Amino acid sequence: MFEFPDFLRFEISEPIDKVVQWMLLNWDAAFEAIRRIILVMFNGVESFLSIIPWWLYIIGLFIIGWKLYNVKAGIILSMMLTAIGLFGLWDLMIYTLVIVIISVIVSILIGLPTGILMAKSELAKKIIMPILDGMQTMPSFVYLLPAIMFFSFGRVPAIIATTTYAIAPLIKLTYLGISTVNKEVIEAGKSFGSTSMQMLFKIEIPQSLSSIMTGVNQTTMMAMAMVVISSMIGAEGIGEQVLISIRRLEVGKGFQAGLAIVFLAIILDRILQGSAKKLKERA
Amino acid sequence: MTDKKIEVKGLTLVFGKNRERGIKLLEQGKTIQEIREETGIAIGVNNVSFDVEEGEMFVIVGLSGSGKSSLIRCMNLLNIPTRGELLIDGENIVNYDKEQLKELRRNKVAMVFQHFGLLSHRTVLKNVEYGLEVQGVDETQRKKKSLETIELVGLAGWEDYFPRQLSGGMKQRVGLARALTNEPEILLMDEPFSALDPLIRRDMQKELLSIEDYMDKTIVFITHDMNEAFRLGDRVALLKDGELVQLGKPKEFFENPANDYVKSFIEDVDKSRILRVKSIMEKPTIVGTKGQNRLELVEQLVELQIEHCYVINEEQVLIGYVELEKLKNSQQETIDKSIDRNYEAINRNAYLSDIWTKLSESDIEVAITDKRNRLKGVINYEAVVEALS
Repeated sequence: MFEFPDFLRFEISEPIDKVVQWMLLNWDAAFEAIRRIILVMFNGVESFLSIIPWWLYIIGLFIIGWKLYNVKAGIILSMMLTAIGLFGLWDLMIYTLVIVIISVIVSILIGLPTGILMAKSELAKKIIMPILDGMQTMPSFVYLLPAIMFFSFGRVPAIIATTTYAIAPLIKLTYLGISTVNKEVIEAGKSFGSTSMQMLFKIEIPQSLSSIMTGVNQTTMMAMAMVVISSMIGAEGIGEQVLISIRRLEVGKGFQAGLAIVFLAIILDRILQGSAKKLKERA
Repeated sequence: MTDKKIEVKGLTLVFGKNRERGIKLLEQGKTIQEIREETGIAIGVNNVSFDVEEGEMFVIVGLSGSGKSSLIRCMNLLNIPTRGELLIDGENIVNYDKEQLKELRRNKVAMVFQHFGLLSHRTVLKNVEYGLEVQGVDETQRKKKSLETIELVGLAGWEDYFPRQLSGGMKQRVGLARALTNEPEILLMDEPFSALDPLIRRDMQKELLSIEDYMDKTIVFITHDMNEAFRLGDRVALLKDGELVQLGKPKEFFENPANDYVKSFIEDVDKSRILRVKSIMEKPTIVGTKGQNRLELVEQLVELQIEHCYVINEEQVLIGYVELEKLKNSQQETIDKSIDRNYEAINRNAYLSDIWTKLSESDIEVAITDKRNRLKGVINYEAVVEALS
């Protein structure tokens, strides 16, 4: 009487599994291509970040903090970075950074055009917006499953899962920025006979740059959060340290790794927010 | 001089999706308010027709919601008319395809906006360059041209500032410079001075009038301020609820207000401070040209029973006047030796209140010129008295 009747059953889990199986069989080549591209990007970014000596990071960060805010901010930020090194997590941090950077780059490559499309087409907006809302409420662990299914274990599925989880705010804020550019500015652009490409690149994107930068910032923060979870499917880096500490119940090590992630997140957040603010001052 | 630059014929503009229905309801004789209340269809302009002459300053005035901004946006197709024609140089632009429209906007028509519409991410110079930039003009040339117009609007030295660093009046100068750099034949100005405070507004009006003299552009100017309309306009069109209420020279509004609405609109206006010479001047019946055959001019003057006339050179510039008596007695082939250069001229943008003395001292019609001293018309004492009474 009070329980949901047993005979009314329609599970969608089985069809989903079937679709995944089918995709695995038939879209093998596509997945392989994606895998290769991401690996190439990974190696490129990693070797670039590795040739920079550690002290240059610290000095560079000091200068960035100084230029964006003030000397105090520069000192605090570079001290945080030094702390990560002192914890013995420098190499792992670089690794984490690589995953985050690639996820953000892929997010921008996919998210920017998607956001623009949504601003230009009412239909696209109606289709994509609810998907984004869904993606943002979906528990983050769920993203690990398809990533493992299609790309097995390692850095590639980690990047895929991180990107999928983190991309939504960038798309939304790009859409928001482009669709709220001042109406008269748009009219002015049109009244001088701009083509739609000129409108986009000379007016709409520059005018919404600060909104887009806020999106990049949020996406980066979400990628930072996801990178820890992704360590469960083989992403190395500081996140993995946290995972190992949980398994071994090493409170000190776990806290230390956690703190390093917090420091890295703060550093990235301040850099991105500072640049977004600089852009906003112009608007 | 009196070529039609813009012709608006039966123009109607309906917004939204139900355009056909809006047109139908209008044809049934419903007013714009009735249609809006009953169906939610917004109608901007209702069956408006008028011409704008070449080189004229044409002012469209009306309260907010009267459709004036919607109307001016039809002239560069930011709004696409639902019905009717809009001809520029005799071509109906409503039917333009994408490419023709782009050319029109790039070469013929430029617009100045109420809230300036400046690109906040670009410097003053880059803002002014924008029109040339989208046309693909190379950098040195567009910079040179832009610096010229920046100088013209009085912003020299501010090229590298960003719009946020400028005051309202300066921002609108940038807007004006940006429009002028394209060298358009038609300048559309949508309430350009409404966002400025009154003192700056006065300055800008003055400046616009002097720029106009140097540029010879056809200007369509929108405002909600009747004083501004009469101060600036060669002719004024008064709009109400998307319809044309009255069209004419400023003085015609005082002489013959079309209805009570117009009367109430012009009630508080001090005519002598608002009416400009140009709005009551007349075309001279006859004008001599430098190097003209003497006997020919004598014959014309005798026929018209006129004692004297002004003489211009081939660039329309006023050089003096001739008297019939002197001409008759001259032995020369041309009129050149008989020209009396001792004349007084009045700038066409002077207010009636300022020219009173000059006018009462002169016993012939006074010549009206622009800043480049080109003869624009003549005026006499009686006309002024009549206009002010």
